[in-house]
Amino acid sequence: MAEVLRWLGQGLVYALAAAGVGWFAQNPVWHNFPPDRARLVLALVHGGARVEACRRLSYEEIRRLPPSERRPSTCRRERRPVRVQLRLDGRILYDAWLPPTGLSGDGPSRVYAKFDVPAGAHCLLARLEDRGREDVFAWEREVTVMLPPRGRLGIDFKADKGGFLFHNLEARPGCPS
Amino acid sequence: MKRGLRKLFAAAEEVLSRVFPPAWNPLLNLGALGFFFYWIVVISGIYVYIFFDTGILQAYRSVEYMTVDQWYAAGIMRSLHRYASDGMVVVMMLHMVREWALDRCRGARWFSWVTGVPVMVMIYVSGITGYWLVWDRLAFYVALVTSEWLDAAGIFGEPIARNFLSVEHLNDRFFTLMIFLHIAVPLVALIVLWVHLQRITRPRIHPPRGLAVGVLVSLLVLALVHPATSQGPADPGRVPADLGLDWFYLPLYPFYEKLPGPVTWSASLVLLFLFLSVPWLPPMRRRRPARVDLANCNGCARCFADCPYNAITMVMRSDGRPFAREPRVDPSLCVACGLCAGACPTAMPFRRRAELSPGIDLPDATIRALRERVHAAAARLVERPRVMVFGCEPGVDLTGLGGPAVAAVTVTCAGQLPPVFVDYVLSRDLADGVVITGCAPGSCLHRFGQAWTEARLARRRDPRLRRRVPDERVRTVWAGPLGRARLEAEIAAFRRALAALGETPPVAPAPVSRAVETADG
Repeated sequence: MAEVLRWLGQGLVYALAAAGVGWFAQNPVWHNFPPDRARLVLALVHGGARVEACRRLSYEEIRRLPPSERRPSTCRRERRPVRVQLRLDGRILYDAWLPPTGLSGDGPSRVYAKFDVPAGAHCLLARLEDRGREDVFAWEREVTVMLPPRGRLGIDFKADKGGFLFHNLEARPGCPS
Repeated sequence: MKRGLRKLFAAAEEVLSRVFPPAWNPLLNLGALGFFFYWIVVISGIYVYIFFDTGILQAYRSVEYMTVDQWYAAGIMRSLHRYASDGMVVVMMLHMVREWALDRCRGARWFSWVTGVPVMVMIYVSGITGYWLVWDRLAFYVALVTSEWLDAAGIFGEPIARNFLSVEHLNDRFFTLMIFLHIAVPLVALIVLWVHLQRITRPRIHPPRGLAVGVLVSLLVLALVHPATSQGPADPGRVPADLGLDWFYLPLYPFYEKLPGPVTWSASLVLLFLFLSVPWLPPMRRRRPARVDLANCNGCARCFADCPYNAITMVMRSDGRPFAREPRVDPSLCVACGLCAGACPTAMPFRRRAELSPGIDLPDATIRALRERVHAAAARLVERPRVMVFGCEPGVDLTGLGGPAVAAVTVTCAGQLPPVFVDYVLSRDLADGVVITGCAPGSCLHRFGQAWTEARLARRRDPRLRRRVPDERVRTVWAGPLGRARLEAEIAAFRRALAALGETPPVAPAPVSRAVETADG
């Protein structure tokens, strides 16, 4: 009898351990995002204009260079910071000058930022300035987005594809006045 | 806190020992169970990999195929893979907490602790990359939180999280990297585990067969009753929310998700540093390592055979005496458990010389001092039948146990007590019976103290108990730190049995003429 009870006890221990593992492998549920909000994700990599335009070297300058490094023109490596601005329904959501990356400041500017906003229809204006000018934006795109609850809109930028790109959700050009 | 945890573990071991045979007690096999889970994960992982499609858009479908269409084979293997991984985390954490509570991470044991920390990190990395591969909503959440956390370190070029901005941004090559990590990291962990075990002798890496069968059957039942499932395909157009997190692998993810990167990075690094520095955190309690006295050592190598931590090696004799070898103690490996002194045939209390100095001894708990304490304790015994109790430090607290009929002497470990002391106590009429008590069965703090003591008393291992010692006058009680009541009851029963036996039978005087004497009777 005692032996049977011992076996039953072992079975109980195994059952409790297995139940614990099975339960905590997926429970309790993590409620991490409210059901009435949506998320905008700004993730772009873009290089600003060079600080100085390339220029032709004079004959004297070329002559002074070591033979293996002689070239007709020279360019400074440094880039200008890039300004990125997001406006949602006229309100500034994000506005920052992004410095160039790299030890010499010659790499592209980068940003990855998230904004949790109320779900629903919004007017989104995305602007980017890459030549270092104040209050002027070289790139700009205004769209109407319908953000479903827990929707996730990706905002990217590619100069060779026309500027700002909106991913995952529909973005209609322009906003109702 | 440590004392409370120690009591908690002792109580849990006691409860489990009521239903499991001592060798099967899961709490005494945590490390071995970790290895067992590891092998289940490896075998089930190999099977699952056969059906897994490594394309980022095909991965979810292939996992669903396994779970739904082939539930009876690949589905079960997937569940085994997941639940055994969870089991591995459970036993790994219990193992770590138990070793910490028992102070098994200090002194020479720092090596096992410190090498265990990267294993823990690698097990977590393996699990996290595994969740990534399913490419369901949870995988998307894991990918986002992990990559955003890594980006917060500021050491990567392009933000890694940008790879998950949309379907167009997803990259098969990135996914391939995850698969590589998921396979390579556990393999590296296995190598580090091998290093982890280097400083202990006879490591147990296989659980007893009965326990292994029980664990495997319970995992299989769990896989059938509650199979592992996915949480819907990953969708970059939706914020992954209301997730069934695996709280064994992802308990920190809510913090990583909600707290700023600098905070979580700082906390993670501080936590890692704290884990690594545990062996050196105060309070430091360390005895000096064992010391060899070549004048009394005949190079028998019993200390070498009994050391649980590989702290003793046998080297060429250096003192010119006619013995081939001598023991050498590595102070960085010695935990001062005293098992070597207990194994030494020259730890002979019968010696009449004033200086009782065995071939190997603990400077802070010498055999000579032990003999003096035995005499002092025996002097208080006035009521027959008299019982001399030898108890190990981590076992039952012997404070207040003594009285007119019972005397208590503490040793570092039961294995520190040379069996000839039992003979000494009885033949010198210091007591009518001897009780040796210590840690609960199978949970010896110094690994082999219990096993070697039982084997020595049963005359199966050198130094053996002399044959002239009546077995009925010696009793072992492996009661554990919470077993005071049981020990007292056993002593009371033992005294009744001794009373029935009568007084200690007279024995011939022990031979004492030689400086070095064997303990065999």
